[in-house]
Amino acid sequence: MNVARQNRLNTYAAHGALILYVLIALFPVFVIVINSFKDRRSIFREPLALPNSESFSLIGYETVLKQGDFFLYFQNSMIVTVGSLFFILLFGAMAAFALAEYRFKGNTIMGLYLALGIMIPIRIGTVAILEMMVQTGLVNTLWALILVYTAQGLPLAVFILSEFMRQVSDDLKNAGRIDGLSEYRIFFSLVLPLVRPAMATVAVFNMIPIWNDLWFPLILAPAEEVKTLTLGSQVFIGQFVTDWNAVLSALSLAILPVMALYVIFSRQLIRGITSGAVK
Amino acid sequence: MTDKPRFRWHIVVFLAPAVLVYTAVMIYPLFNTLRLSLFTEVDQSRVFVGLQNFKTLFGDTVWSSQFWNALGNNFWFFIIHMLVQNPIGIALAAILSHPKLRFASFYRSAIFIPTILSFVIVGFAWKLILSPIWGIAPGMLDAVGLKSLYAPWLGKEAYALTTLSLVSVWQFVGIPMMLIYAALLSIPDEILEAAEVEGITGLAAFWKIKLPLILPSIGIISILTFVANFNAFDLIYAAQGALAGPDFSTDILGTFMYRTFFGFQLQLGDPHMGSTIASAMFAIILIGVCLYLFGIQSRMRRYQF
Repeated sequence: MNVARQNRLNTYAAHGALILYVLIALFPVFVIVINSFKDRRSIFREPLALPNSESFSLIGYETVLKQGDFFLYFQNSMIVTVGSLFFILLFGAMAAFALAEYRFKGNTIMGLYLALGIMIPIRIGTVAILEMMVQTGLVNTLWALILVYTAQGLPLAVFILSEFMRQVSDDLKNAGRIDGLSEYRIFFSLVLPLVRPAMATVAVFNMIPIWNDLWFPLILAPAEEVKTLTLGSQVFIGQFVTDWNAVLSALSLAILPVMALYVIFSRQLIRGITSGAVK
Repeated sequence: MTDKPRFRWHIVVFLAPAVLVYTAVMIYPLFNTLRLSLFTEVDQSRVFVGLQNFKTLFGDTVWSSQFWNALGNNFWFFIIHMLVQNPIGIALAAILSHPKLRFASFYRSAIFIPTILSFVIVGFAWKLILSPIWGIAPGMLDAVGLKSLYAPWLGKEAYALTTLSLVSVWQFVGIPMMLIYAALLSIPDEILEAAEVEGITGLAAFWKIKLPLILPSIGIISILTFVANFNAFDLIYAAQGALAGPDFSTDILGTFMYRTFFGFQLQLGDPHMGSTIASAMFAIILIGVCLYLFGIQSRMRRYQF
């Protein structure tokens, strides 16, 4: 058989399969977004048609922005995500440095202890977490969520960051020590800048699950003023089930921020996964 | 002991914040939950009852039938992921890793998009698309002449769980794809070239050379899928609500625990029974992880390149 022709056929087949799967992956998002810009009649009559001058309508968005406090929810989600990432990176990097840099009694045990949480989901402890948050008065505050997500993110962060910190050259750190830098200065001004790429990977890994989580906002912070965007849109959509314009617009508004984050960080995310950071 | 260097406080300072937060918010509540499963509430005070809650969970017909239903559904949920999500992910990764493929990074990014969406978006979006009221799914089946196949899948007991499992597969196929893709890229070219010299190319090269080399990654994906599935909740809750309808046919351990813990409709929430179910989930996940660590991973040969 002609090898060149066989190869070309294979290439077509490969592209065909990939395009088919891309369509399957994007179709639902596409349908939701285009229909959110249509009036009620066209949503039902021509669900797959693009909005045109006749069917174009923003009525759904008007309802959503009038009824739901989406800016507040968005702000809450931002505070929780950024706050959790800050603590995961800071505490995670500090602990990773201690484990990677110093030899002390219990180093291995401490490493294993912190790694336990990689495989065991924090949700198992929800009953006791809620009880603790009620006792400390943190329930229905954003701090409850930040604490939980920090604890949840730390094990993997410590694991990944300590792998990277072992690769930082000893000569550099020893030069710093000879110059009289304290261990804290060595960590903050010599080591941290060098592991920035690994920190970015950890941040991107944690960002999306925290932003999208429904379980802990539902249980620890269901009050109106601390609702996250994920919980807020869930409740909103539940109330407006029959108002299709509002539901489709709310879904589109919920898709928007994640897509923006993805567009900004997708290279970092994909590089992080494919560089074997999770092996 | 006397000539020991002075105590290095900085190690404590570096470790303390992470260890404190992790211990206080993750490890302590985990064990406290296990402990709470041994108690019950009588007249608003906590009473130690030993394994009584577990006896209720497995012995009482109302409780045990719900538990086994949720566990069975959870296994079906997991099996669908293993049989559909992981093979599709491996196939996509195998196609993507072809060195001369154009637009590979576009395909990769596009296929990963569902994975970044929240369960709320995914659950509602599919609910609307599959809904008989909107008519997108029946309309599209009609276009290819298969309208007779359509049923309101999410509303039928026989199909709802499988449909939701497939929605979850649709959402998460990007993760096995990425991990396998990374594993395939790390196979050195010399091995593939040596195979090519021997006349092993194309599909044969995949089955005989690449697949054995990526087995460790497939193992990791399997255990990640297992843990994620047995602690799933969000998708079912977003699409079917806490009652996991129709008639509990999509109830999994996560929703069962949520209902028990928080209560629903007329049943009051019971943190102690909730803890009991959480303990059972913990045991199941622990068994899975141990099976993987001692049964699979230790036997798998690691190839050093």
